[in-house]
Order: sequence, then C-alpha cells, then structure tokens
Amino acid sequence: MSSPPAIHDCIVIGAGHNGLTCAALLARAGRSVVVVEAAERLGGAAATREFAPGFRVSAGAHLLHLMSSRLQKDLQLESHGLRFAARRMPSTALAEGAAPMLLGSGLSAADAGKFAQYQARMRRFAQALGPLFSAVPPRLGTHHWRDRLSLLKLALAVRRLGRRDMRELLRIGGMNVHDLLEEHFESDMLKGALAFDAVLGANFGPRSPGTVLTLLYRLAAEAAAEDQGLSQPIGGMGAVSEALAAAARAAGATVRTASPVATILFRDDHAVGVSLESGEEILARSVVSSADPKTTFLKLVGARHLDAGFVRRVDHIRARGLAAKLHLALKSKPAFPGLDAAQMAGRLLHAPSLEYVERAYNHAKYGEFSARPILEITVPTINDPSLAPEGQHVLSAIVQYVPYTLKEGWESGRPRLLDAVLDSLQALSPGLRDSVLFAELLTPPDLEREFRSSGGHWHQGDLAFDQFMMVRPVPGAAQYRTPISGLFLCGAGCHPGGGVMGVAGRNAARELLQGALAA
Amino acid sequence: MNGTAPHFKQPLLKTPFHERARSLSQVDSFIPWAGYTTVDVFTAVEQEYFAIRNATTLYDLTPMVKYRIAGREACAYLNRLVTRNIEKLNPQRVAYCVWCNDGGHLIDDGTVFRVGDQEYRLCTAERQLDWLLDSAIGFEVTIEEVTEQIAALAVQGPTSCSVLEAAGFRGVSNLKPFDIGRFALGQAEVMVSRTGFTGDLGYELWLAPQYAEELWDTLMAAGRTRGIRAIGSQALNIARIEAGFIMPNVDFVSAEHTIRIGTEHSPLELGLAWLVDFKKGHFTGRRALKQESNAGVRRQLVGLDVEGNKPAHNALLYADQDGKREIGSVTSAVWSPTCKRNIALAMVEAPYHNIGSTVWADIYLNRELRWERRMSRARVVERPFYAPERRRITPPAQF
Repeated sequence: MSSPPAIHDCIVIGAGHNGLTCAALLARAGRSVVVVEAAERLGGAAATREFAPGFRVSAGAHLLHLMSSRLQKDLQLESHGLRFAARRMPSTALAEGAAPMLLGSGLSAADAGKFAQYQARMRRFAQALGPLFSAVPPRLGTHHWRDRLSLLKLALAVRRLGRRDMRELLRIGGMNVHDLLEEHFESDMLKGALAFDAVLGANFGPRSPGTVLTLLYRLAAEAAAEDQGLSQPIGGMGAVSEALAAAARAAGATVRTASPVATILFRDDHAVGVSLESGEEILARSVVSSADPKTTFLKLVGARHLDAGFVRRVDHIRARGLAAKLHLALKSKPAFPGLDAAQMAGRLLHAPSLEYVERAYNHAKYGEFSARPILEITVPTINDPSLAPEGQHVLSAIVQYVPYTLKEGWESGRPRLLDAVLDSLQALSPGLRDSVLFAELLTPPDLEREFRSSGGHWHQGDLAFDQFMMVRPVPGAAQYRTPISGLFLCGAGCHPGGGVMGVAGRNAARELLQGALAA
Repeated sequence: MNGTAPHFKQPLLKTPFHERARSLSQVDSFIPWAGYTTVDVFTAVEQEYFAIRNATTLYDLTPMVKYRIAGREACAYLNRLVTRNIEKLNPQRVAYCVWCNDGGHLIDDGTVFRVGDQEYRLCTAERQLDWLLDSAIGFEVTIEEVTEQIAALAVQGPTSCSVLEAAGFRGVSNLKPFDIGRFALGQAEVMVSRTGFTGDLGYELWLAPQYAEELWDTLMAAGRTRGIRAIGSQALNIARIEAGFIMPNVDFVSAEHTIRIGTEHSPLELGLAWLVDFKKGHFTGRRALKQESNAGVRRQLVGLDVEGNKPAHNALLYADQDGKREIGSVTSAVWSPTCKRNIALAMVEAPYHNIGSTVWADIYLNRELRWERRMSRARVVERPFYAPERRRITPPAQF
C-alpha cells in the first residue's frame, strides 16, 4: 500500500522544554522537524509572561536546577541567548517569630554532625541513581538483551554502593520522609525544610509512604544535572525555552506557535501526522508528543484507536495537581526580617516543621485548601530587575497544598485562598500586604488551562513509586514508544519525569534516532 | 422471604420461572448458575436431550447476564469492544461475538442484539461490567446491567416454531436465523430472537419477569401435543457439544480470570478466526491478534472423533500410542446420541490441529470403582458434529 509523501521526518507536539529539546536534537541529527505549539507563546510551563502591566514572571517553574550543563552545552544554549541572573542560589527556611535559617547552618552540635553525614549519604545514593535518568527504562518480563542490560545496570548501581549503604538504601527506600528526618535531626525548621523537597509538587505529606523515594528522586535528578544548584535565568524561565527554540531553529527545525493539534492522524494503524484545529494537516514519518499522556492518548489519539486495558491504565494515571502559583506585583522590595542580601536573592522555604507540613496536607485530602499552606518563595526582581518597572518588585511563590477540586468551588475559593496566602506572607514579611499592587493566583484548574496539562499537574503525573521508570506513564508506553507505531512520547509524563530537565525530550530523541528515524 | 431477606441470606436468587420449574422437577437436581438456582436435570438427561432433537424444549435462560448498551456512540463502542464488525449489524438482528483483552486473549463470548437504532443488548455467560465500563472510557455510551429486569426462555427443537405459532406468536415462522421479532402475549411484549445454543431450530424469548409464568403456561399448553418438555443444563450441554459451541470455564477460561501464564486463549486458538475482522478498524486486542495471525497459531481447539464409546472426559492427548509426546487435552466430551459417535472438543498443539490428524486420547474408565486406562485413537474432524438443515430453513416445517 502506498502512503502519501511524508513532508517531514517528525512532528513534535508541544513547545515545552522537553518538546523543544527533542526537536533540537532531532534537527541537529539532520531530521526535518516541525514543532506545533497550541499556545501563543513558547515554553509550556517554562515560560515568562506579563501578569500585570510592566511586571513579568516565570509563569510555572521559577528556578532552574535540573537541566544538565552537558545538555546546555550540547545545544549551545548560551550562544542562543541563555544567561543567568544568579547561580547556586541559597535556600533559607523561614518561620514566624523565629530567626531564618540558611539551610544547614546555625544547627545544634548534634544536628550539625548528623546533617553532614546525612547529606553525604543521600548524595551517594543520588549519584548511584542519577545515571538511570539518561537511560530508556527497561521493559519487564521480556528476554530482550537491552531490557536485561538496563535492569542489570540498576542492580549494579545499587550493589556498588557497598554493603552498608545498600542496606541503608533498601531500608529507607520505602519509608516516609517524616520518620527518616525524625531519626536524624532535632531542629523543627531543618526537618520541615528538608521535607519540603520530598513533597513539592507531589500528592504526599511527609508521613505518606514513599516520600523518601521522591526525595531521593529529586536529589538523583540534581546529581544527573551535575549538582549545579539553583539558578535563575535572565528574563525568567521563558529564556530557557527561547534558547531551546533558537537552538532548534538554528538546526533547521520549524517551530510554530498558536497551532493547537486537534487529532493525530493514522493510516493502517500507523501515526502519519497531525490535524490542527484550523483544519490544516501536517504529515510526517513520526509524531512525538510532549503533551501529557492523558491528553495525548485520550484526546489527540482517542480511545477508539487504543486497546481498552491500555486506556484504563492511562485513565488511572494520578495527575491531579496539588500546588498553586502566586504572582505578586509589589510597590517595593519586600522585607523579611533577619535575611541578608544573598538569602533574599535565593529560595525561601516556609515549612517550619514536619507537623506543619503534614497539617497543611490534611486539608487537601478532603477537598479544602490549607489555611496555612507551605510556600516556596522567590523575589526574582532582586537578581533580575528587568522583570518589573524601576524600583518595583515581583514575588513568585509555589503554594502547596491546593487541591484540584475544591469542595466549595474555585469561584469563591480563589479569593479566600489568596487571602490565606497573603496572611501567611504578611506574617513572614510585615508590611507586604500594603505593598501589593496586583496579585494573581493560579489554582490547579487554572494551571491546567494555562499549560494544557491534565489535572494541572506540574510533572504531568505524580512522581511516585508506582509511576516511576518502567511504569511511567504506563506499561506499554514507558520506553517513549507507544502501542501505535510512529507515535512517541517525550514529555514529563515519561521517565524521568517533571522539573525543567529536558531529559525526557533527550531520551526520546535518542530512541527515535536509534529506531524509527535511524539513518 | 425472597424479596425481604437481605442479599447475604439468599445467596442464590430464583428466576421468574422457578416455581414452574420446581413443580416439574422430579429428581430435585438444582445447580447454581451466575447467582441463580437453576435446574440441572428435570427427569432424565436422555429424555430431555431427545426432546431437543425431536420435539420442543423449554430452557430457563434468565441467569444469562444482560447488558443494555445505548447512546450516540454505542455502535462505535461495541465495534472497539468485540472482534466482529458491528457496523454491519442491522436493527432487529443478532450477532455472535467474542471480545479480548489487550493481549488478544479471549475474555468472553456472547450475543449482541441490536434492539434499536442506537440501543444494543449484550448477553454473556459471565458478569463483566468492569471490563465493559473500562472499555467505555472515551465513548458517549451508557452501560447498564439489566439481567434481573428481563426473563429469558429458550424454546428449542424441531417443533418449536409450531409451538410458538400455536401459542399465539403469529408470524414467528418468518424469522430468519439471527432475526429479532416482537409479539404481544396478553399484556406483555415478548421479544423473540431466532437464536440458541442447541444447533437446532429454536428461538429465545425475552420479556418482563412478571409475565414469565404466563408465557410458560401458554407454551406448555400449546406444546402438549408437540412433545414439549422442560430441560436442564445437562441435556443442553450434550446438544451444545454436538453443535460445536464453546463454554466459558469449560473450553476456555476468561483471560481476565486466568492466573497461570499461558492458560489464556485467543479467538484464533479457539477456532473463531471467522469472528475476527482485521479490516474494520481498531478493536481491543487487534495488534496482538494481527501478530498471532501472521505468525500462525501454536495450538487450536478442534473437534475429535474418538474410537470406542467411552467419552474422553478430561483426557490428555498424545501424538503416539505409547503416550510419549503430550500434545493437548480434551475440554468437552460426550457420546453423541444423534450422531452415534464418540465426540470431543480438545485443545491441540500445532500441527496436530489440522483436519484429518490422528491423536491418541488417554481415557480413564471407572468400572465399579476399578480404574482402567485406555489409549484410544482419535481423529481431528470438522465442527459442528451435528448441524441439521432445519436450523436454517425459513419458514421451518410445521407440525
């Protein structure tokens, strides 16, 4: 049977950082690539936009810490315009009525010794697990040498930790982060701040099982990105996406915005292109989707082209966002008592104790928002004044625990949540409320609309033990391939997941170049 | 008590025909079936069997699980669910279908009735609302179990058409195989389909449960001079083996219920390739079945004609008389009273599944508590074993 002439080698759906990374790598390998993005602007959840006249902010993620410098160099992001306003930004824990604590400093003698030990060990674990990020996850139950080799590597990485560390890794692997931290430390602020990273963007409280694993996963992701620490790009996170897009274009890819895909096209059970909402059809030898798995399979492909069991698994992916994003336009620089200039320019965590974080989580479980949410705060204008008018500032905060479905409804809930968050901020930074010119609060349903990600989830699906690696997003689609030949995935919904890493996009490009688009 | 006792105190329900059945039961032989108590044998199996082939029989089908599937995308939904092309199923027609999981392994078989433009009824032996609902993700369709809302009675046998005509179902003789007709019986509307599990002339009647006894009495009265008889499951089982029909949990286990690897079966293995339409578009299991179809089946359910007169119940099958190379096993076996042949259904490894192959059945016989073993030659033969022309002729002969 003759198929119509494929105009392109590959269509990438979505110009988020993973889609763009994938497109850039494919284009650089000489493949003809077109990227179609639904939104007017590039970047997906790594984008900068104006939220009040003259005030710009990173609309989703607001810090870069997981994109490896090798990938940045590979794609020459610097020459494509990526510059940093700050690197290796410190993290500081805040608590009402207590002195701020630069993470790991000012500890009691007992905590100080243990902290160094804890960090060293967690780093060893992270470094053992980090290499898994760049590998295609193995399929289970096959006899294929590639799958076996991949499993062997995983076993070897753990084995090479040595007897004591391996035993400790296996001991803590299934534990909750609350118990782990209680074993080690006395300081409430330290424990709260360390737990924050285990639950950020996840549907977990510190006492939820598996939270040590999510913490290790974040640390492993940082290890895979050579532990560069937190960075703030000049111009916000949108600058990362712009640089990726420039790299893709320079390599010959076409990047089209405002081109929402209506459906993926099939011929003889093979993906042959996409049909845009405008009616335009674009044909290609393969289609790669960086949209989340639910959107890709249930909306763009459609259940009728897939087996029922597979659709059930996709439908069951846990992808309800639990974090909101707050953007404030401020008249003046906010003051947090006790913080020095370096700390002010860094990341501020409001998670004063394990108890506080767990309580904050309780509400969300029952369809309410936390009256006292936990916060990750940055004031990006300190490092990058270009984001706001002269002398004025922007505050960007991730507000966790905010459920996707609020019992009272978001109509009345949103202003009440904003009020609660502003109260919390006011307590940490007296006078902040009076300085607010404009406030924008994006709840999970808002984020879902803005980023077209099912459930408004930051990572296109919970990062949890049952949604990691060979079961991410679902068995049968965890190797960037899908049950439909010619259709691939490259988004955060795949291994190794969310966070602005670009690893899923890079792994997918590699898979395509070795398979469907091999020379 | 029936309506008032909590469900856990009446683990088996009674069908709307139960009182009539109980009054006719002479040997008090009841068995559970899909949550109902049903008759295994009324009088004697042979008597009941011969009524199927020579007269008319009533068989209570009510425990068959029934689902109402309706909505704008009901057809698209069913087409993705089953392996046959449902688009080709016209209103007031019935199609025998199977459906598979993602691996192309059989979940169940059943009949799809197109009862309206956008309304279908699916009848199956096993409950599977969960699979049906999972399959509905992404489709505009409603699925509802209606088993208890519909009484069902099979009227089967060479005189069945005449019995129905005499009972007031005027024009039932015009129904072709797999047609659906609707008739008035007093206050009740009775849906009649020319379908069945006997491989003989026969009909299945569907109606609201409150009219069930009235229907039973009317048919019994109309059939008195035409040899009508109520039958239990044992007699039906002989007929269905002769007709070559498969039974869940006898000839295959639903892929959703198997635990051991390799015990599930594809429709190709069950000899149902004629039900699989690769050209109609996607359906669940299509990719796996396509692969299997290209590679060829590794084993297949076949009909066996076994030497001697001892049914090869559960017999292991061998390639050689010495029993050195095992190649399969018998799933259903019976002495066919009509064919006068010792027949069986068996799952056999390739290439022994080809028509004409000889295999050896290791048959165990209990002779007054002394077990004996007999290696009997068996030949792979065409199914069905018994297929009288009258099952298809329209209008059927009148008696």
